[in-house]
Amino acid sequence: MADAKPAEVKAVMDARAGEAVTKKRRNAMYRTAALSAGFVVVVLIVNVLANGNFLEPGNITNILRQISVNAIMAVGQTFVIITAGIDLSVGSLIALTSVVMAQVSNALPFGGPGNFVVTVIAVVAVGCLAGFVNALPVVRLGLPPFITTLAMMQVARGLAFIMAHGQPIPLQASAAFDWLGTGYLLSGIPGFPGIPYAVLVMALVAVVFSIVLGRTVYGRYVLALGGNEEAARLAGINTARVKTLVYVISGACAAIAGVLLTARFASGAPQNGTGYELQAIAAVVVGGTSLMGGRGSIVGTFFGALLIGVLYNVMNLLHVESYTQLIVLGVVILLAVVLDELRKRYLRR
Amino acid sequence: MNPASAPLLRMLDIVKTFPGVRALDGVSFDVIAGEVHALVGENGAGKSTLMKILAGAQPADSGEIAIEGRVVRIDGPKAAERLGIGMIYQEFNLVPDLGVIENIMLGVEPRHGLFLDRGAAAADAARVLGELGIALPLDRPARRLSVAQQQLVEIAKCLARKARLIVMDEPTAALTDRETDALFTLIRTLKVQGVAFVYISHRLEELPHIADRVTVLRDGKAIETRPIAAMPQEDVIRLMVGRALENHFPDLPPVAADAPVVLHVSGLWADGTVPVRDIALDVHAGEIVGLAGLVGAGRTDIVRAIAGADIPLRGEVAVDGTRVVVRSPADAIAAGIALITEDRKAQGLVLGMTVRENTTLAHLDAFERGPFIDRPAETATTNAEIAELHIRTPSSEQLVRNLSGGNQQKVVLAKWLIGHARAFLFDEPTRGIDVGAKAEIYGLMVELLRQGAAIVMVSSELPEVLGMSHRVLVVRGGTIQAEFARGEATPQKVIAVAAGVAA
Repeated sequence: MADAKPAEVKAVMDARAGEAVTKKRRNAMYRTAALSAGFVVVVLIVNVLANGNFLEPGNITNILRQISVNAIMAVGQTFVIITAGIDLSVGSLIALTSVVMAQVSNALPFGGPGNFVVTVIAVVAVGCLAGFVNALPVVRLGLPPFITTLAMMQVARGLAFIMAHGQPIPLQASAAFDWLGTGYLLSGIPGFPGIPYAVLVMALVAVVFSIVLGRTVYGRYVLALGGNEEAARLAGINTARVKTLVYVISGACAAIAGVLLTARFASGAPQNGTGYELQAIAAVVVGGTSLMGGRGSIVGTFFGALLIGVLYNVMNLLHVESYTQLIVLGVVILLAVVLDELRKRYLRR
Repeated sequence: MNPASAPLLRMLDIVKTFPGVRALDGVSFDVIAGEVHALVGENGAGKSTLMKILAGAQPADSGEIAIEGRVVRIDGPKAAERLGIGMIYQEFNLVPDLGVIENIMLGVEPRHGLFLDRGAAAADAARVLGELGIALPLDRPARRLSVAQQQLVEIAKCLARKARLIVMDEPTAALTDRETDALFTLIRTLKVQGVAFVYISHRLEELPHIADRVTVLRDGKAIETRPIAAMPQEDVIRLMVGRALENHFPDLPPVAADAPVVLHVSGLWADGTVPVRDIALDVHAGEIVGLAGLVGAGRTDIVRAIAGADIPLRGEVAVDGTRVVVRSPADAIAAGIALITEDRKAQGLVLGMTVRENTTLAHLDAFERGPFIDRPAETATTNAEIAELHIRTPSSEQLVRNLSGGNQQKVVLAKWLIGHARAFLFDEPTRGIDVGAKAEIYGLMVELLRQGAAIVMVSSELPEVLGMSHRVLVVRGGTIQAEFARGEATPQKVIAVAAGVAA
């Protein structure tokens, strides 16, 4: 086959393209270095302002534990948002799974690890089922996920209140869940506060789903579907199945987050998780995932959740009053998206 | 034309660079009032970029633009509009649910205090359409207009904004011959009124009928500008590709007398945009069957039904003698049927993904090692296709969005070539791509024939159908109306059947 351009022109184009690539890489390196340096300076200043409390090992594990519930929800939400969808039901699913967890655990005739395992399996199954119900009208009838998950948000919350008769249900076999709620791994080492098990669960969820998104065929299909659903369908991808599964993943993540929350407070409450869906969406968006679909990463989402968690922590340490905290958080969300947009424009030029 | 006065538009030394590409390398270009100035060049030569700069959609890195001798700054679409520059992109910019009047007056609505003055809007729109001498159903939403009617709305939109220069990008790509004639008549009328046109087209054969001058762009440079009379088609092609391109179509190897049937279709019915009725066709190993017909005849719907893009109602499809039940695109792909869709941006590619990710998308299972995708294998396969198809891209990691049209089309092809498809359904394989890339795609089709594949090709370009098919089937009303062997298919016969003149 003939090349349409003379060889020398092509060579020049290739050389230019190569130059651009190395230049881009070098720019990225400088940027990373500058960002890291800036980050360290900010952290040190904050630490000084907070009388050294910020960099306390105890404070750092504290931050990580506080973000674990939100980060896990946000991981599932990331999958949904990459397909240009949204899952508004996750906050209510936390309430529902929390109540289900307490009731299942209390109903079992045995305690200990057996109780734990059966309960967790039941709770995650409820989350998956709710996700499946969310997806059904989206996949079969093409309804907007905003509507179906909004409906589930109401239904799940209502169900949680009815099941619990409006009252928190104490976990009777709380011993089986204590380690997860308040326990630390490696807490025996002097000078080291240990790692909360909740943080380990978060890390596990984030790592597993990061691999699923980045390295597996399913993850690639999710990104392709978000980028161009019709092209994905014509490439032979079972788009209905891929889409259904993202809502199931989101439901499962909400259930896992519900388990953590319930274990921590040793009670299942229908009031749990109110407004959490917006926190999760905020983490996803701050983490650089596009609401238009087709682009996003779990690592980004984790850092989004971390940034929000650190901000709250720093503001608490600096005694910023809670109303002001809301304003700061709002501005940060907006700023993150604005910066991302500017970056994209810069790259496009 | 009055050569003594300053030209209506002069663009001087326009430079524009994108990451990795110098899209425009000091282009100078002018347009005189009342002329049609054709702008031609391969995909990626810089035509679109130059026009986007003129329309204020993108800023130039450097260079000067003057309107009637006065240097102007075009820092946005509004500025271009104020200067009398109208832009009609290949993909129209109409609001699908608004009517003809609302679309024409969009953004320049007459107001009555705080409110829209609907009466005045209707009157203005009617006046513009009256001047054009065209009739359109004024209340019909744009989505229900034909392509040609939508184009007329776009032209009226420009005139309602008092445009003196209208840029048209591939205006005839989706028009029938009759609609094209009507468009040309309209352009001539407007020329007399002093409106100038920049006319971008890949259909070189239509330039003598409409253009006054031609400018050829190549690799971001304006190579030459000449009056059309002094620019025969061979010269245009030579200047575009930088060398003479002897033969447009490659020689088709003859189909062996005992060649087996690879793709068998019979009694196929489907509900497409155009209903598909009772299709029967057999395509042999090493054979290209061309589907000719007018736009809207149902050719696309036929290949979409065979490939499971639209689910057939009933009918039989078999590949290499094995019956296939097509309930989804996945079924068709598994059976060895590949559909290279007409609209690569909407249906063929995920623009925000890389060349690698697009290339392997339809056959990802083959790259699975355990639970993971084997990226080095993906990269190796993609690089092999980049070399084989001469895809011009800095690397396999470039986003497909950043490639030119012809190279995007090659990525679509690569996606299907890495599988082991037996039947290739090409829907408008060369639409909107340049001469050089066209020749490469034809060469590739011949290569597929040599490997024993069967090809069905839908094309609106008659020379292409006649030049690249062993047999031509003419489609009208969602069904096959006539069949011609290679020797007996003439443009006259095909057009007569397609238009329903001879049944």
